[in-house]
Amino acid sequence: MNNIIVYIETENGKIGDVSLELLTKARSLAKGLSCNLEALMIGHKVSELQNELFAYGVQKIHIADDPRLINYLTLPYSAITISLFKEEKPQVALFGATSLGRDLAPRVSSALKSGLTADCTSLEIGDHTDTKSGTIYKNLLYQIRPAFGGNIIATIINPECRPQMATVREGVMKKEPLESPVKGKVNILDVKSILNNEDFIVEIIERHMEERKIDIKGSPVIIAGGFGVGSRDNFKQLFDLAHLLGAEVGASRAAVDAGFADHARQIGQTGVTVRPKLFISVGISGQIQHTAGMDESAMIISINSDPDAPIHQIADYAIVGDLNEVLPKMIQSYKKNSK
Amino acid sequence: MTKTFKIVVLAKQVPDTRNVGKNAMKEDGTVNRAALPAIFNPEDMNALEQALRIKDRFPGSKVLLLTMGPSRAAEIIREGFFRGADGGVLLTDRKFAGADTLATSYALAMAIKKMNPDMIIAGRQAIDGDTAQVGPQVAEKLNLPQVTYAEDIMGFENDKITIKRRLERGVEVVTSTLPVVITVNATAAPCRPRNAKQLMRFKHARTLTEEQDNEHNSYLPIFSLESLIIPEWGVADVGGDEANYGLSGSPTKVKKIENIVFQAKESKRLTSADQDIDSLIKELISSHTIG
Repeated sequence: MNNIIVYIETENGKIGDVSLELLTKARSLAKGLSCNLEALMIGHKVSELQNELFAYGVQKIHIADDPRLINYLTLPYSAITISLFKEEKPQVALFGATSLGRDLAPRVSSALKSGLTADCTSLEIGDHTDTKSGTIYKNLLYQIRPAFGGNIIATIINPECRPQMATVREGVMKKEPLESPVKGKVNILDVKSILNNEDFIVEIIERHMEERKIDIKGSPVIIAGGFGVGSRDNFKQLFDLAHLLGAEVGASRAAVDAGFADHARQIGQTGVTVRPKLFISVGISGQIQHTAGMDESAMIISINSDPDAPIHQIADYAIVGDLNEVLPKMIQSYKKNSK
Repeated sequence: MTKTFKIVVLAKQVPDTRNVGKNAMKEDGTVNRAALPAIFNPEDMNALEQALRIKDRFPGSKVLLLTMGPSRAAEIIREGFFRGADGGVLLTDRKFAGADTLATSYALAMAIKKMNPDMIIAGRQAIDGDTAQVGPQVAEKLNLPQVTYAEDIMGFENDKITIKRRLERGVEVVTSTLPVVITVNATAAPCRPRNAKQLMRFKHARTLTEEQDNEHNSYLPIFSLESLIIPEWGVADVGGDEANYGLSGSPTKVKKIENIVFQAKESKRLTSADQDIDSLIKELISSHTIG
């Protein structure tokens, strides 16, 4: 049928945010391609989540349910995915760029000899003309991603092979349910006929899943607050913007000492050193002890009501203003201008 | 008799994209890729350490590096020798050129078949592409299980290997049969430094290509020692279907590359006025600084 299939991640009976973000994007891609939006969900007792998928516009849900599939395992999960893709021949297949998706998707792409683009930040539909053969390819998936340590943005295509596969990072795309859910179908897969005992040679003997770990060092965008933020409550505005941008929240020592933020977020000589693509500094004066941990950021935006704050000297964009005014405006503007 | 293992470590020579200095910047603010130093991919170093630790625990085990690249990538094998590896192979052939992750995995898998190891350990991902695809794709091509995001190879029991995985949101301990493909995170133990004895012993290790290109050093009688020759394998050595190599074996094509332009530091003053904030956000979106 050549539809779009989105792989749905679940953990503890909940659908991962990244999967809902993918569905939102895939819904508009499916519209552009005039095809259906389908989903694949693997696990145990996951059927009860189907209504949430219909609310995101999924027209058909393929479900593989088995007690042995309660936790993710590469071999059985990839066997099911490969078998479904061989049968359904989707033109596009999307996965979250999570530790699960980045383990599963390459295995599937290798088995199907189909191209896969990792960690896309944008997906679009477009045409392509092969300059050598002159062949025109209509309605390909443009898989757009940063490469080379973020120094280039590459647009990748798979002209010949199907499905066109991509993984997308969490927090990059918007998550929006429909106003009224669609009346979709459910297809229960015959798990027993697909799997055999050899698919279970890797066994999980221990498993601890925690709440999201703070990873300021690895984040390409950081929003850091200082003493000037004023309170732990005010820090919530930083988290709101961070969530929207897929960023992490950092803090200066003064903010951590004042109890506004946890120590794991501290940036500077006594905290971690970061070099993100974008550093947004909020209510931080810019003492050397702090700037030593962030002044190699590729771009710095400072927000401070004091026009003489030293942080403005090292910023690419210095916003002299009240954070309670600036942050809500940034959030509003981003919501309005992002795709 | 104690157990021994044959371990292949996959390692890649990559441009150092993490610290792009001013001299690697072109006048238009884009990166001059050729000016970046070539380094041993960081997570492949973590992978090498895991392999060397197995060798420490099971003396007589062999650690062999496998790298794919041009002639200068022999540097990776030498670096492996200096830190305690027993040998290595440079996969090099014009027919490999233009390979995406799938064609790369095919070439590596064909070479691994020839080497016939008990386990294959690689870094989770390389810093030039950050795809994390080659490990799982090699495993699939060899029809072997895979354990990605490994932080520690904890031990062996009843012919099974126990591995601790560090995932985005937690920790898992898994067991697998051998052979297995393991990819290692940066959170794993760092690699041990070079060993002075190994350095002395292997500093003249060369591929035949390097030896032929090096007119001045041809006096080296030591080169006749077979242990100092780094083997170079091409398509003819590893076999397989030629259509699966290089450009023709690569389903993905690069349609367009946009260079990110870095501007010289010059503070621009803005106010909290709506139009100031709005134009800043629009600029950040159009420059892909934010998604």
